[in-house]
Amino acid sequence: MDIDWGWIGDHTGTLGDHALIHIRLALLPVLFGLLISLPAGLACRRWQWLYAPVLTVSNVLYAIPSLALFMLFIQYTGLSASTVMIPLTLYSLSVLIPNVVDGLGAVSEPVRQAATAMGFGTLRRLVQVELPIAVPVVIAGVRVAAVSSISLVAIGQLIGQGGLGYDIIRGSQLQFQTQILAASVLIVLLALATDAVLVIVQRLLTPWSRARRRTS
Amino acid sequence: MNDVWNQIRLSWTWLTASAQWHGDDGIPHRLLQHVIYSGVSLACAAVIGLALGLLVGHTGRGGFVVVSLANLARAIPTFGLVVYVVLVHYSITAALIALVALAVPPILVNTYEGLRGVDADAKDAASGMGMTGWGVLWRAEVPMALPLILLGLRTSAIQVVATATIVAYPGFGGLGRYIIDGLARNDYQLVVGGTVLVVLLALIVQIVFAALRRLVVSPGLLGTARSS
Repeated sequence: MDIDWGWIGDHTGTLGDHALIHIRLALLPVLFGLLISLPAGLACRRWQWLYAPVLTVSNVLYAIPSLALFMLFIQYTGLSASTVMIPLTLYSLSVLIPNVVDGLGAVSEPVRQAATAMGFGTLRRLVQVELPIAVPVVIAGVRVAAVSSISLVAIGQLIGQGGLGYDIIRGSQLQFQTQILAASVLIVLLALATDAVLVIVQRLLTPWSRARRRTS
Repeated sequence: MNDVWNQIRLSWTWLTASAQWHGDDGIPHRLLQHVIYSGVSLACAAVIGLALGLLVGHTGRGGFVVVSLANLARAIPTFGLVVYVVLVHYSITAALIALVALAVPPILVNTYEGLRGVDADAKDAASGMGMTGWGVLWRAEVPMALPLILLGLRTSAIQVVATATIVAYPGFGGLGRYIIDGLARNDYQLVVGGTVLVVLLALIVQIVFAALRRLVVSPGLLGTARSS
């Protein structure tokens, strides 16, 4: 393992730029996925028969290798960022929809009835009671989706979309270990940082879980 | 819709061309390579993941550390790892290590969670019936955790089959060869053909695990277990 620290020192700027592109390519799809999966999950709760086919489709989607899925989209969206982001959105959907459905399913019936008894309408009950209770399960899904998306974007470089995957492939072409290693470590760090941020978001969104721990 | 139809026709012509069915670059050879790479990686990952998961889940100690480590491992970009280990030591074993690293976390976490989720009363009952630690593990905990354990194995198997495509990048063949070659030569037919084969293989894995689930999981559990 010969690491050329000098090279890393000289290239912090470029690596930083690539990391920014990387995180944007990885996390926008998760955001889109979340925006789609909330109404989709609600629909699956409302119309139960919808859930089985949706689950099958997302399982099959998950089985398609990312490289292959990128390829299939080339002819529709060309060699553009969408070719990487649309497949990643689909992957995150296959993680998020089941989690949204499970999260909403975790709301216990007495809680729902209590909310109704307090005069909450369907929409208000959903936004103020059911969704907050579902937050931990939904965020657990977002964490898995975000971390895997960050590591998958690296493959997007094979169709020329930049990010840290560029350094992995460049390092491979030049037989230059340092560049590959630096990019891979940065990807892991990005994933860990994103994961940590999501844990904090969950804490902020569910203050009651801490309060309960303190009292018990 | 025309495009989709076109795609199906393209991959069909490619799949049925007799040239694809012979020699080192033929489908049988590539498919066999792919299956062997995936199978070996999954087997190694299963040994590691199951052993650790059973140990931690049964003793209940070190769970937090193991799950955190597994989640950390999930963040490792497989693509970078494959390219790196192969550069350090050019061999298929090195490439497979990267696939094993990818496959261990789901097996480990699901095994651990599965054992942890086993009803404490059931475990007490098993000890009460005179079972020792091993007996409780094999005859009570593992059978009850089996649906989750199988789910972990299935997740890993599918990820490995899908990801084994990238060992073609450093030149170890497998079905990824078609995708990478097709991309390099702008031969779209080759890319789609390779993709279709990988997807088919992944679907077969799904079916095999669905069948396994029916066969080995106690019917008493299947009735209440969530289908996933």
